[in-house]
Amino acid sequence: MALVSSWGRLGHWEHEVLALTDREQAGGQISLRRPGLAYGLGRSYGDVCLNPGGWLWRTAALDRFISFDPNTGILVCEAGVLLRDIQRLFIPRSWMLPVTPGTLLVTVGGAIANDVHGKNHHVRGTFGEYVRRLTLVRTDGEIIECGPDLKADWFAATVGGLGLTGLILTAELQLHPTTGPWIDCETIPYYSLSDFFDLSSASEAGWEYTMSWFDCLRGDSGRGIFFRGNPAEAGTRPEPKTRERAVPLTPPCSLVNRLTLRLFNDLYFNVNKRRNRRGLVHYQPFFYPLDHLQEWNRIYGPRGFFQYQSVVPPEHSREAVQAMLGEISSSGEGSFLAVLKSFGDRPPAGMLSFPRAGVTLALDFPNRGEGTLKLFQRLDAIVAQAGGRLYPAKDARMPPALFRQGYPRLGEFSSYRDPGISSALARRLMES
Amino acid sequence: MAEFKRIFIVGATSAIAEHCARLWVQKAPVEITLIGRDQARLERVAQDLLVRGPQVRAHAVTADFLSADAIEKIVQDTVGDGAVDLVLIAHGILPDQQACQDDLGACRQALEITAVSPALFAEAFAKRMARAGTGTLGIISSVAGDRGRKSNYVYGAAKGLLTRYAQGMQHRFAGSGVKVVLIKPGPTDTPMTAKFKDQGTKLIPVEVAAAQIVSGMEKGSPVVYVTGIWQIIMLVIRHLPRFIFNKMDL
Repeated sequence: MALVSSWGRLGHWEHEVLALTDREQAGGQISLRRPGLAYGLGRSYGDVCLNPGGWLWRTAALDRFISFDPNTGILVCEAGVLLRDIQRLFIPRSWMLPVTPGTLLVTVGGAIANDVHGKNHHVRGTFGEYVRRLTLVRTDGEIIECGPDLKADWFAATVGGLGLTGLILTAELQLHPTTGPWIDCETIPYYSLSDFFDLSSASEAGWEYTMSWFDCLRGDSGRGIFFRGNPAEAGTRPEPKTRERAVPLTPPCSLVNRLTLRLFNDLYFNVNKRRNRRGLVHYQPFFYPLDHLQEWNRIYGPRGFFQYQSVVPPEHSREAVQAMLGEISSSGEGSFLAVLKSFGDRPPAGMLSFPRAGVTLALDFPNRGEGTLKLFQRLDAIVAQAGGRLYPAKDARMPPALFRQGYPRLGEFSSYRDPGISSALARRLMES
Repeated sequence: MAEFKRIFIVGATSAIAEHCARLWVQKAPVEITLIGRDQARLERVAQDLLVRGPQVRAHAVTADFLSADAIEKIVQDTVGDGAVDLVLIAHGILPDQQACQDDLGACRQALEITAVSPALFAEAFAKRMARAGTGTLGIISSVAGDRGRKSNYVYGAAKGLLTRYAQGMQHRFAGSGVKVVLIKPGPTDTPMTAKFKDQGTKLIPVEVAAAQIVSGMEKGSPVVYVTGIWQIIMLVIRHLPRFIFNKMDL
């Protein structure tokens, strides 16, 4: 048995761990070790990647490429391949992932199972939209090849299916042509939520990437920094040198508190305010600002932290986001990285895909026990009333009723589940 | 046309070897020969390398690792008359110590696959490298070979044999164009050590181990300890007086 935690470090739980190393043998291995759950890098914040008391099938060593066509940009690989390796290898060859989350330390399987999104949802949608085929191995030995045009129901259940439909073994991805590693980026300070909405709608037509940092301590009168970017034309300039650093140890208490938060937010806003201009930025700091700081999750101390990410539909987004920010600022809790972003109106790739038209708000909260959970209840009420939903990949505590309300296709999804697979999240939200 | 570097890896499906290969194919055009025991697995590794490297020729070949004749033949067939740039000998198993104590058959098998077979491969490649007067031969030993300990002395003795073998070869090739690099990884995060990970041992990421091996072989360092800390730990363990050592549970 091994103690395993997820990125939020809310606890460590006993698991039996099996490292999968060969795709031809993986099916046989998992059928003997169930109930289990695929575990990639464990970057999910909550309990979607945990299966306390059961098996975890580590997929990190299933990281082989299978084929790549430089003419079409079609890449076939095992599901444990890291998004980092795809970007590193293929950007120099003028191909990149069309959609990535804010970290590259995610496996292809994890990106599919959580149907992740990035700063370009309004243009390109989610990761799952670029999966042409995937191979799913069930714990009864059945192998299911599926894609948007082949067993489309299995595909829709597996994309965003939280790893519960089977083990995703391989995937065929459509990469996107790129001119190089540089982003033409604009940084714009703003001083109210209403400015955010104006900037967001004004930017969507002409900018591929948009996102915004928001000072969560200031409520609706607050301020933020809006980032927008487009791929830059090819140019020959040297790659910036990035130094990997790590948070060396877990401090005895969270370093994120009212005082540090206020200081950080003032500093972050003022530094970026002065940057109010356009310039070229390398894709790594633009997309993945925290990837060079290993184990940054330690700053929240030994009790760990929650991320609360919601999306609310456009017709209610102004009031709902305003109400949530009001609750957060009056609670005095919140995170260094508060992110606001508008999602486009695109049909979801999966039955349980998180993104939908509207505005998404993501914040990290140090785990302060009861007080933090009470704040979440107030936020839940706002999300529920606005007809929104929470992101299971980030969640550790939403009530089942909110999950059912936010994901109306849950009943349909259930029939695709693999009975040999379970997770803490499934037991919490689906009662099995 | 760019010159293809000729690389040979024995035990090419081992996690450390596979990660070294990934680094080599990204650096320069290479012709890489992967030698192992399972053709299908070798081909999956080769397929991966073909995608990773812009200019790669990969061959996957199997051999009987316990037959001296088979080893001689496979090395002859794959090397041919050409020169060799890099050879990495990476195979071995981490046997269960108790099982080896209980069953001499298991003990013998572990010693043969972890010590005798790699030594024979090293000798066979060395013969051809000596003839060409060039090339770098890397042999993966282990910090476990530095001093026998009750918890894993079958493995430690096998690796100890390789350590002595590599040292002897370094002596033999001193002053020539052939370099022999003795590699001693500490506990590395691979399928072989999965049980230690479960027990909470801090393991070296396999990418880190591979990067150090590749750079050590490039420099032709006589000994590559994968992390400096293990060099210090083993220095202490090697020099502990027996009356203290024997009281320790290592």
